[in-house]
Amino acid sequence: MNLRIFGDPILFQLGPIPITETMVTSAVVTVILLAVAILMRSLVRSWPQHWLSVLAFLVVESFDNLVEEIVGRRHALVATFAGSMFLFIAFCNIAGQLPGVHPATGNLATTSALAAVVFLSVPIAGIQSNGLWGYIKHYFRPNPLLMPLHVISELSRTLALAVRLFGNIMSGHLLVGLLVALAGFLVPTPIMALDLLIGLLQAYIFSILSTVYIGAAISAGEE
Amino acid sequence: MNDQTIIAIVAMACAALTVALGAIGAAIGESRIGAAAMDALARQPDEASSITRTLFVSLAMVESTAIFCLVIALILLFANPFIGSAGQ
Repeated sequence: MNLRIFGDPILFQLGPIPITETMVTSAVVTVILLAVAILMRSLVRSWPQHWLSVLAFLVVESFDNLVEEIVGRRHALVATFAGSMFLFIAFCNIAGQLPGVHPATGNLATTSALAAVVFLSVPIAGIQSNGLWGYIKHYFRPNPLLMPLHVISELSRTLALAVRLFGNIMSGHLLVGLLVALAGFLVPTPIMALDLLIGLLQAYIFSILSTVYIGAAISAGEE
Repeated sequence: MNDQTIIAIVAMACAALTVALGAIGAAIGESRIGAAAMDALARQPDEASSITRTLFVSLAMVESTAIFCLVIALILLFANPFIGSAGQ
């Protein structure tokens, strides 16, 4: 029975750095995504009528539309950010369905790193669109007394992003593992289908929420 | 019954209570969100895409409280700092 909740086994040592299973899984997912993206780019350039090119165009267009609905205008950088987040998390979650693979997002360290990226992107996007003073000013609005609440809300939503993704993916994987140990063949299949759905939904939620946070920072000075 | 046994019993009972009570709140909240979304969809079918998006986001936000409870329960069971040889 391969149940793992908080641990992360070390596969081998690379000099002083221990290489854990999660690092290998996420690196493999990243390499696959990069290879597919580079191949798609050359395919779209050389053969735009091919159905794969149309599919790639549809994916990019849907992220652009999503960002336009949330932020209020087309924003290529935010769309890239949201799309990368969605694809990486979704592929990590789907990779967890392969036998023997533990999903990289089922580890609190990975999800904390992703949430930290969102946490750092929010002030960067806000300062880029409103200037340093315009962004800092929104912390003191509507009243300077509310400044601690703004800071607490930024910290707590980062924590919630990390723990939500981790909890969902880890609990889904744990449930499938328990069912395999208890009942074995074919019984866990519906739960695995549910796990797949939840994985895609959580990837969508993560990218939507990060877009909402970044969009709020971008429009912080416009009122 | 030594101290470790008592701590283990209390931790197990607390883990069960955490998940049970946490699930009640999330279930009530999600049912209200679902009902409100159905209502909004029946009134404004044209806004279906934006209602569905908001529905999923709010369902996930409410669901995350239950997930937090689950994580706390799993910490109590598998990574309890007060039980000597627990954790991995």
